[in-house]
Amino acid sequence: MRYLPLSADDRRLMLAKAGVADIDALFADIPGDRRLDNLLAMPRAMSELAVERALGTLAAKNVAAGSAPFFLGVGAYRHHVPATVDHLIQRSEFFTSYTPYQPEIAQGTLQVLFEFQTQVALLTGMEVANASMYDGSTACGEAMLMAHRLTRRRKAVLSGGLHPHYAEVCATLARFAGDEIDRLSLDPTAGEDIAAAIDDQTSCVIVQTPDVFGNLRDLTPITEAAHAKGALLIAVFTEVVSLGACRAPGEMGADIVVGEGQSIGNPLSFGGPYVGLFATRAKYVRQMPGRLAGETVDADGKRGFVLTLSTREQHIRRDKATSNICTNSGLCALAFTIHLSLLGEAGLTRLARVNHANAVDLAGRLARLPGVEVVNHSFFNEFTIRMPEPAAVLVEALAARGIIAGCPVSRLAPRAGLDDLLIVASTEINTDEDRAAFADALRAAL
Amino acid sequence: MNNQGRPTRPVETSTGETRTFTGNRGLDIEEPLLFEIGRLETTGVDIDEPPAHPDRLGDHARRGRIGLPGLSEPETLRHYVRLSRKNYAIDSGLYPLGSCTMKHNPRLNEKMARLPGFADAHPLQPVSTVQGALTLIKQLAHALMTMTGMPAVAMSPKAGAHGELCGMMAIKAAISAAGETSRKVVLVPESAHGTNPATAALIGMSVRTIPARADGTVAASTVRDALGRDVAAIMLTNPNTCGLFEPEIVDIAAAVHEAGAYFYCDGANFNAIVGKTRPGDLGVDAMHINLHKTFSTPHGGGGPGAGPVVLSQRLAAFAPVPYVVEREGRLDLVEHAEGQELGRMCAFHGQMGMFVRALSFVLSHGADGLKQASEDAVLAANYVRVCLMDLMSAPFGERPCMHEALFDDAWLKDTGVTTLDFAKAMIDEGYHPMTMYFPLVVHGAMLIEPTESESKASLDLFIMTLRDLAMRAKRGEVERFVGAPRLAPRRRLDETRAARTPMLRWAAAAG
Repeated sequence: MRYLPLSADDRRLMLAKAGVADIDALFADIPGDRRLDNLLAMPRAMSELAVERALGTLAAKNVAAGSAPFFLGVGAYRHHVPATVDHLIQRSEFFTSYTPYQPEIAQGTLQVLFEFQTQVALLTGMEVANASMYDGSTACGEAMLMAHRLTRRRKAVLSGGLHPHYAEVCATLARFAGDEIDRLSLDPTAGEDIAAAIDDQTSCVIVQTPDVFGNLRDLTPITEAAHAKGALLIAVFTEVVSLGACRAPGEMGADIVVGEGQSIGNPLSFGGPYVGLFATRAKYVRQMPGRLAGETVDADGKRGFVLTLSTREQHIRRDKATSNICTNSGLCALAFTIHLSLLGEAGLTRLARVNHANAVDLAGRLARLPGVEVVNHSFFNEFTIRMPEPAAVLVEALAARGIIAGCPVSRLAPRAGLDDLLIVASTEINTDEDRAAFADALRAAL
Repeated sequence: MNNQGRPTRPVETSTGETRTFTGNRGLDIEEPLLFEIGRLETTGVDIDEPPAHPDRLGDHARRGRIGLPGLSEPETLRHYVRLSRKNYAIDSGLYPLGSCTMKHNPRLNEKMARLPGFADAHPLQPVSTVQGALTLIKQLAHALMTMTGMPAVAMSPKAGAHGELCGMMAIKAAISAAGETSRKVVLVPESAHGTNPATAALIGMSVRTIPARADGTVAASTVRDALGRDVAAIMLTNPNTCGLFEPEIVDIAAAVHEAGAYFYCDGANFNAIVGKTRPGDLGVDAMHINLHKTFSTPHGGGGPGAGPVVLSQRLAAFAPVPYVVEREGRLDLVEHAEGQELGRMCAFHGQMGMFVRALSFVLSHGADGLKQASEDAVLAANYVRVCLMDLMSAPFGERPCMHEALFDDAWLKDTGVTTLDFAKAMIDEGYHPMTMYFPLVVHGAMLIEPTESESKASLDLFIMTLRDLAMRAKRGEVERFVGAPRLAPRRRLDETRAARTPMLRWAAAAG
């Protein structure tokens, strides 16, 4: 077996040294009647070539996003990632290192995490950020729990513009912790009155911008309403590129900002692994979940970085920890940081302008089709259209014509009565031809 | 001398530390922060400015600068390549970090995860366009159920701790469904990973700590005494964090079930027993599998992982959404609860990238290779254990271990050298230290997990190095240890200062 260096002779010598007659003597603690005498009912070892054939066959059964005009978003976005990013993250020293528990020989990872934290804090307009969460949705759930701890209240108000998956993650956590959730109904036009839902039991208000329908939200009045009742404002984003064009949640008074960082540096990968971004105010840092890299000096006075404030974490605090998280998204955070270093402010803001321009162009083309209406007042690179027929039917019809058209709201919320709505994204990936093909195909399908 | 006058032999000089102008030491190059070398106007990505278009941002456009510096492509490469060289990695050396399972990462897995059909598939594409992805999830799920002897698996949890949360939620949901809401206590051995009690707390349960015996394992009688009508579950790691297979596990499971509670098994150490026994045959009700440990993954400085949870028949109905089903001859996703499902743990369908890598690992090994890998990992740990036992103290005597060998610091008593010092001295010898001070039940613990990826020559050199260090410690060469490491990119870092005055991001120097 190509991955196992020990030879039969090695094994024999090592068993002798260990003072046992055979390998099973080392497994003697397994009760005799529970040992497996035969091999597992699985195929035998395969060569590299055979595995490539088997998995290549499966991969070929999927329509890769890059092979079709592609307009899906809703929390996962197809962007161009420079070749440098994947090359650098595969540097063995980054790629095959573990959590930096021994900082003297992990300064590479630690400095990257410090750069990552700084980039996330700058983007969100917040004071501090952690070293990543699993993804945006779990970061959102953790933010809710953090708000409960900070306010000693246990009711969260969820905007109807929050990605339904994110809202469901919060609802699952709340259900099992015995906390309360007030989830406003799905709101395609961002007309909801969130302030009216806040009372003196509310720990936090969770609002997404751009919201799941693509609407941009002004968080300032919601923040003021929340703060007036002693509640915190948790701002959520699922498209981090939007922060290159839109106001930072921190500027609008958010107390905690969480979001999905996949768009920068990471492929779609059918939903994971992604990278959760988590930022807050400095005064709240000791209630923050997740790992933190911090600056310090070594015995010679040289600058260096360590994991810090770990008394918040499970390996020290156990059942009093701020979260049970251990493994996070280190490699995806590395990809994020390298891609964002390449972009810089100049590249990110231009990328955001291209995304917005493409979406504006697509919205214009689709709005001209008979019976199709764009529901948004504002948007960044994603918007929602109302159609004369169920969106799910049209999406299947367009898929049959080789176009991945967007996400029917009914897929996210089958019982919401919003079957005529389709959420559509257009990033820098899409060409004029792609958008024209989409509009033509939709016209033909209607 | 060659014929151009260039010396070709080294000249004898006195040795001593060389202070360099740059602070660099040969290949070890000091590297500033991105924020000290980048510029706001610089970018390493060429993007054309879009044509003029109407603005639909409303009044939500960003005002003012973000403050994000950029680098050109060559600067980016140099910055991150230089940083990478300050890391220890599996690819560069033995990484005996107990409990973390730092095994070889086959590059085939990377190639497979990057196939466009997997890497470039969107989680919300019409299911007709992702049949291959759903098939892969189903195949991996089948392999996990086969290896564990369990009838169901929840694939979406994103890491071990997330899997624990999922499994414990399923248990709580089953208990609620049975109307047994008074069960609010979780039994956790004191040797458990910190994630276990943290998980119990997250679902509103309280923790009752149960002691281990002097031999490092849990007695069924202790568990029986701690059980009651208030107990929801036991969370037991097996093989446990001391690197031992719990010999009374079957009796423990029976006692737990008799008392109406559930058996959650922390599967962090499943890698030691794949192909040797099946958790389903041991009485386990739920167990997460750290795909990134047992089936390898590029850990990338701390993740990502994946933590699918296998479930017993009585918990299967409570698994989270989404899951894959077969309907009318094709695969489909159930994304919304249709019955007793516990809800959703995360957006989308789980860590697909890790699924591809894990299945690639499983197929490559096959039933025979998986068994051999477990055996080699256990053999390597025992080899290290017996080769060090005369110099270092093993808290549980000469008892064989599973995939990791545990030592305590009794042998360092009166030497002036601590576990930390010993670990840091390993760095100067070119090794990543073992896990230190965990598990908590052993004083000054040193937990060594060599994995199945090391050759005998590599193990022998590691053993000889540790023996040499151990003898030096016993001989009183304290200076060698307390000042270590001296030869790493950094010497010991001031963690107290980092925690007392947290500097968690770069800030421009004042003035």
